[in-house]
Amino acid sequence: MASRLARAVKPFRDAQGLSKWLLWLGIGGTLLVVLAAIFAPWIAPYDFNQVASSDGGRFPKQAPPSSEHWFGTSVRSEDVFSRVVFGARIAVEVVALAVAVSLLVGVPLGLISGYVGGWLDRVLVLIADALFAFPYLILAIVIAFLLADAIGGGVVTAALAITVVYVPQYFRVVRNNTLSAREATYVEAAKGLGARPRTVIGRYIFGNVIQSVPVIGTLNAADAMLTLAGLGFLGYGIQPTEGAEWGYDLYRAIVDVQAEIWWTSVFPGLAIVFFVVALTLVGEGLNDTLNPTLRKRRIEPVHIPPRDQRDKEAAAR
Amino acid sequence: MARSGGSLRTYALSRLALALPMVLILLTMVFLLMRVAPGDPVQSAVGGRLPPDQIAEIRANAGIDDPLIVQYFTYLGDVATLNFGETITDNRPVSDVIIESGGATLTLTLAALLVAIGLGLPLGLLAGRYRDTATDGSLRIFGILTYAAPVFWVGLLAQLTFGSILGWLPTSGEADPVTFVDEVTHILLIDALIAGDLEAFWDAVRHLILPAVTLGLLVTGTFLRLTRVNVMQALQGDYIEAARARGIGERSVVVRHAFRNALVPVITVMGLQIALLLSGATLTELTFDWPGLGSELIAYLNERDYIAVQGIVTVFALVVVVVSITIDLVNALIDPRVRY
Repeated sequence: MASRLARAVKPFRDAQGLSKWLLWLGIGGTLLVVLAAIFAPWIAPYDFNQVASSDGGRFPKQAPPSSEHWFGTSVRSEDVFSRVVFGARIAVEVVALAVAVSLLVGVPLGLISGYVGGWLDRVLVLIADALFAFPYLILAIVIAFLLADAIGGGVVTAALAITVVYVPQYFRVVRNNTLSAREATYVEAAKGLGARPRTVIGRYIFGNVIQSVPVIGTLNAADAMLTLAGLGFLGYGIQPTEGAEWGYDLYRAIVDVQAEIWWTSVFPGLAIVFFVVALTLVGEGLNDTLNPTLRKRRIEPVHIPPRDQRDKEAAAR
Repeated sequence: MARSGGSLRTYALSRLALALPMVLILLTMVFLLMRVAPGDPVQSAVGGRLPPDQIAEIRANAGIDDPLIVQYFTYLGDVATLNFGETITDNRPVSDVIIESGGATLTLTLAALLVAIGLGLPLGLLAGRYRDTATDGSLRIFGILTYAAPVFWVGLLAQLTFGSILGWLPTSGEADPVTFVDEVTHILLIDALIAGDLEAFWDAVRHLILPAVTLGLLVTGTFLRLTRVNVMQALQGDYIEAARARGIGERSVVVRHAFRNALVPVITVMGLQIALLLSGATLTELTFDWPGLGSELIAYLNERDYIAVQGIVTVFALVVVVVSITIDLVNALIDPRVRY
């Protein structure tokens, strides 16, 4: 157990130089968003859809940032700061769920497809390629739209719509890795010893093909955030009554922009950029440390002293 | 390499043959997606607004009462003849919608692509040439930021700065409402030129700038990153050393030798960006009130007009396939290694 933990944190200890700093910066930023999500009710001064203070006085409409409302108020008198903080909740929930479901579907499919091969593999690859080539947002919109009619718009709907976009990516990577791992000697040895396919896949192949998944996972999480914001902006994200969503808030801010009201668009957008950059840094940092081809080797310069000096040293010995 | 199979025509034919199953799968996907939709499409689009007998007529015309398998083959046949049916909500042939709004989307995406190429390639060359310097670092940050910033947010900021505060450029639509030219190609810039109306042309250009730069920035980061990596790799090639040894100037080595070879993979990925570009175009169109296909798609989705949505989504799918074939052929044309 201890060794397993040591192996899991190894990339973090091994990271060095700039990529180490970027990795930690990304982890710090991501944690900040997750903390904001968990403690939103305590951090935010008001509720995400609160339009009046507790004594009943309605908040001003489209008021610029002040000590009362740090990020100003929206056209519907909501406190923009509170909405930005609560937005972290929806963002983290949807992104985590989307990545988890994509993994749960994509990885086993890739393993089976790569291991079994044959027509099943060919059909799955074709479908994955088709899904991958399709404009992702259009796909997510249509799925979100259909799901919203079936099960109502919410965190699950948004997450599932995003999932469809990312499953093909995990599938491709895991399948390709499985394909090459299948031919490896250790797999042959396991088969020779009479291991059943289940054991071969679970014990021998899984651990070897899963290595690139954390990198894709974090990078996809960043992408998923952007897709969620896009869905929200188009009105196919979260129901406004269910929570605050940054993309939806930006959609509401379109009219404000014409009136030079900047606070309703700048702050939710900054929140998105912050979260996406943090996740991207984690993904790239992991890639730099996990991917041996990108790791820069520190080569010690070889220094050969002049001939006469070497002769002298040899003579002294 | 000397194999006779390396001819361009053989490659083109096999590439086209490979595209067929892809098209078929995409079409089947679109078809199934639109059928799993709960509820009756006609009812949900115009229900309550029309008498029952008219609804029945629309249903019959749209073929919704037929068995699924019949509908499927009708759909495939219709697509093969480029017939996408008639919208339920406003009785327009879907092909008209596509022709009329497609021009605006085409203008926007091509202009954005130009912006991305004009910015991404030179900046990527710069970053790759001066690897691990401050220039490289700041360009990489720029790349991450253009990726991380949602395209509609960039659009809103651009509207805020250049439209509302500075007042330099228009922020919505394809042209001023007073600008009117005869629609020939449905591409406003070209129609304005055909009409000889320079004022309209200039107006259209001014309207195009902000949306095109916004959408262009979205892909600039990808181009920059890719060019950087490929220039870095190309600079390590033996032919670079050979070129330097022959005493060719550094500028010429970087631009003529390294950059050129770095371009081949960049072009391939450019083709893959079409999906990203079309997704971004939908968001950009909505931000700038741009009358393109994305705006139409969202409008018809909101009206639950399944026939229109199916037609527009089909067109998006076909565009993706056509672009990817074209890119592969262009690649085969410039790089003989591709046509093994």
